[in-house]
Amino acid sequence: MQKIGVFVCHCGTNIAATVDVKKVVELVRYEPGVVFADDYMYMCSEAGQEKIIEAIKEYGLTGLVICSCSPRMHEKTFRACAEKAGLNPYMVEVANIREQCSWIHKDKEEATKKAVILARAAIAKVNLNAPLKEGESPVTKRALVIGGGIAGIQTALDIADAGYEVDIVEKEPSIGGRMSQFDKTFPTLDCASCILTPKMVEVNQHPNITLYTYSEVEKVSGYVGNFDVDIRKKARSIIFDKCTGCGECMTKCPLGKIGNIPSEFDRGLKNRPAIYMPFAQAVPAVPVIDRENCTYFKTGKCGVCSKLCPSKAIDYEQQDEIVTVKYGAIVVATGFDIINLDKFGEYAYNESPDVITSIELERLMNAAGPTGGHLERMSDHKQPKDIVFIQCVGSRCDSEEKGKPYCSKVCCMYTAKHAMLIKDHWPDTNITVFYIDVRTPGKNFDEFYRRAVEQYHVNYIKGQVGKVKPQPDGSLLVQAADLLDGKQINMKADMVVLAAAIEPNPGVRKIATMLTASIDNNNFLTEAHAKLRPVESPTAGIFLSGMAQGPKDIPETVSQAGAAAVKVIGLLAKDSLKTNPCTAQCDTLLCNGCSTCANVCPYGAITYDDVQVMDHGLRETRRVAQVNNALCQGCGACTSACPSGAMDLQGFSNRQITTEVDAICR
Amino acid sequence: MTQLEKNIEAIKEMSGSDPYKCMRCGKCTASCPAYSEMDIKPHQFASYIIRGDFEELIESKAAWKCLSCFACIERCPRDVQPGKLVDATRQIVARSRGGDYLQPEEVPGLLAEDLPQQLLVSAFRRYRR
Amino acid sequence: MAVTMKYSYYPGCTLKNKAQDLDRYARASAVALGFELEEIPEWQCCGGVYPLATDEIATKLSSVRALNYAKEQGQDLITLCSACHHVLKRVNDDMKNVEDTRTRANNYCEFDEPYSGETKVLHFLEVLRDVIGFEELAKKVVNPLEGRKIGAYYGCLTLRPGKILDFDDPEDPKIMEDFIRALGAEPVIYSMRNECCGGYTALKDPDFTKQRTAQIFDDSTGFGADCLITACPLCMYNLNKSDASSKVPVYYFTELLAEALGVKEGA
Repeated sequence: MQKIGVFVCHCGTNIAATVDVKKVVELVRYEPGVVFADDYMYMCSEAGQEKIIEAIKEYGLTGLVICSCSPRMHEKTFRACAEKAGLNPYMVEVANIREQCSWIHKDKEEATKKAVILARAAIAKVNLNAPLKEGESPVTKRALVIGGGIAGIQTALDIADAGYEVDIVEKEPSIGGRMSQFDKTFPTLDCASCILTPKMVEVNQHPNITLYTYSEVEKVSGYVGNFDVDIRKKARSIIFDKCTGCGECMTKCPLGKIGNIPSEFDRGLKNRPAIYMPFAQAVPAVPVIDRENCTYFKTGKCGVCSKLCPSKAIDYEQQDEIVTVKYGAIVVATGFDIINLDKFGEYAYNESPDVITSIELERLMNAAGPTGGHLERMSDHKQPKDIVFIQCVGSRCDSEEKGKPYCSKVCCMYTAKHAMLIKDHWPDTNITVFYIDVRTPGKNFDEFYRRAVEQYHVNYIKGQVGKVKPQPDGSLLVQAADLLDGKQINMKADMVVLAAAIEPNPGVRKIATMLTASIDNNNFLTEAHAKLRPVESPTAGIFLSGMAQGPKDIPETVSQAGAAAVKVIGLLAKDSLKTNPCTAQCDTLLCNGCSTCANVCPYGAITYDDVQVMDHGLRETRRVAQVNNALCQGCGACTSACPSGAMDLQGFSNRQITTEVDAICR
Repeated sequence: MTQLEKNIEAIKEMSGSDPYKCMRCGKCTASCPAYSEMDIKPHQFASYIIRGDFEELIESKAAWKCLSCFACIERCPRDVQPGKLVDATRQIVARSRGGDYLQPEEVPGLLAEDLPQQLLVSAFRRYRR
Repeated sequence: MAVTMKYSYYPGCTLKNKAQDLDRYARASAVALGFELEEIPEWQCCGGVYPLATDEIATKLSSVRALNYAKEQGQDLITLCSACHHVLKRVNDDMKNVEDTRTRANNYCEFDEPYSGETKVLHFLEVLRDVIGFEELAKKVVNPLEGRKIGAYYGCLTLRPGKILDFDDPEDPKIMEDFIRALGAEPVIYSMRNECCGGYTALKDPDFTKQRTAQIFDDSTGFGADCLITACPLCMYNLNKSDASSKVPVYYFTELLAEALGVKEGA
């Protein structure tokens, strides 16, 4: 018979306001197996845990039931507490009387009754608990970073500098991400390339970092400490080691002059050849052939690049290559793009080339951009005299099909930046910003925005734009509201810039599925705890960095990248990880080799082997199920599926579950 | 619920629009073709209702000047659809005695040879209960 | 040999009276294009406007009857007038999605079978785009309207609310421009094409509607239009009240359709 101690937590008023905790203690004191029952304000606190340890020692407790918050919160805490007192940590059960009881009921009587039932079930279970020992699994001391933007780059550098091997997988031909497309960054107005390219070079040269560019993650299996990842290295059609980056091929490609392949890097404002490097400072400085648009791949004609390459580095026959690598931890840093503006026809984005997005403006203002840094209208190449900025295009929008419900966070700041940079270069320009609110939450951010108004005389008008009307003379007429002065304005503009909402990179859903990492409705990867664990995914071994987790600017991205790196280092620094002992176990005497369990196991943890079995004096070789305890996650699918009852889950055995049900139905 | 909250609930029910969702962005006012005729602007309907300034709303001309063109409804990013609140105001006024904007006696004076039926019927429906 | 498609046809009151052109050219064109418009017997006026108050029911009933009739015939319901198109589609959407309206309407009408939004409502232009196809239409054109620069005037009731009417993109529509191209003419795009002409305010505030229509003409002619087409009798009336209409004629789209198909004379 067990000697069980029951502790009921008040959790301040979280539980105690709706559940009569004293009554629960009274009613469970006499349950079979219980020798001690008590309540306390905050069981998880040091004082609370002291009480548990004292009780274990004084009463010789062999099992514990804690009636408190969700086991997801503090099961670990209470297990550790039990261990400190010399009790096997798996003799502890948590009855969730908060999330599953006090937080969802209003009636105190009902809630108390339910809390008692939940406690009884936990007590019944603990009576049948057996001490379990955690296993160990090795840790591969190598990390994978998916995404080569500033988030991925910073995370990789921090991990590599700590002495661990890191791989970056980037789907574009070059690392650098969105930041490489920007002109200047707020609030310091640093040139984005100037601060990014040294990091890109560092990454390329770092002995601990391996770059897989123009590559994608194709398959992920395994678990924390032991991930097996298939990386598809897409065929660049260039032999990496031979290419010197001279650029002959790019200048001579006929499609560079006569073709119409829009440059992704220049957001379609300029065309590029079929063989190309996205930008001059690309890392690695090796071009790529866009096989979909290349004349040779489409028709078999041309081949100019191959003929002209001085290093004979072009290889049209090159195939995609798949490499499989083992990693201990994976960081998702897949970044963002802006939303599609098709649902915002009122702004005439598709109709007029003079209505552009903020990222397109970054390219126009960038000295290495399609116009060499000269700000001009895309329709007639004249310099704009009147520019209108429209904020919140698609952000803070309640309609799912059109936009996103969240605030994109960076747009107020980058618009102020754009306005100031334009005014600085071309002081005669009239700039108006139509906003709903101006959000400047960072260090020196509000001062930055006030400079735009007070020093540069940018006209900030509170109100939104209803329609942008292209006029017969090529200008634009902006119909907007000035809410503070109470007017409807019809303002002439030469250029309109839309601050479009950001959204996570569309490929992220596929990656999240591969990693079984949680993702929310807006495609942002979910963190393990919004406040206290912002860089870890609830899935062990997966970490988050950058915009993939939520809208943020560059300073925050770099902070978060460092945080993710630290978590990875903390993982890789261990030589082995403790594994969950609540795994499935096969009773070989009952197993008939039907393979049902192996078929339902989502983790591939079950194999079938021929094993010698002693059954009632009979020695036989039978084909029975074998569970790999390292892969098994204790989901219980095999246990429910097993027709003979041979498969059982340690810590959650069939008998234990049934006894809980009996306790509830009593 | 306070009495004000009850009134707002009633308007919410009748119009199918939730005035609390409004974020005062002004896109509706920016889109409104009848802006120049309105004394209370489209973006103000939500805030008047939430504050309970029903009298002012009812006395205003704005509700009758609305064209029911649905531009504000189409473009509102918060799905408040201000046009529905304007129409609810119209209904509240029209359903109370003597609140109609168009009286039958007026019609003969407004008729013209080429006036399409559609105009008369639509005006009657919108200007009266 | 294709079977002649038959559609239930809801003309609406104005088409029988002040907007007969819109109706007869449509019928003639339909014949030329190989489908038939069977007018619903005993239809009643749709009301011209869709009542926005959620507790309104009596004002929706004439539409419900028309919709049910089409359902009983197993046909789609076609209409030409923008206002009828708007009201019918919206009432149909209510009958499909709003339980309160559906129950009350069915209780009142006492149909053999309750109606719950089964009928598909199509504007004549949608038939041209989705059933016939503009490419097919272009093939049947005998008098291409070459050299004409035509501005499509959508008005507000055909397009909005976009989600429910599902007619075209409410801010950047293409259906009428594709129609114009199919007839061999050049469409003119201008930003006032989907802005309201003033609608029913013409009755009591005619100065205001004159302002609106003046803007519409300014904008369309600024981009080179020599005439406008519309599908709404009320828009037609308002536009014609403007001084500009003496220089820039406004036609019902069916008139130009009939002209292009060579059936205008016999209509």
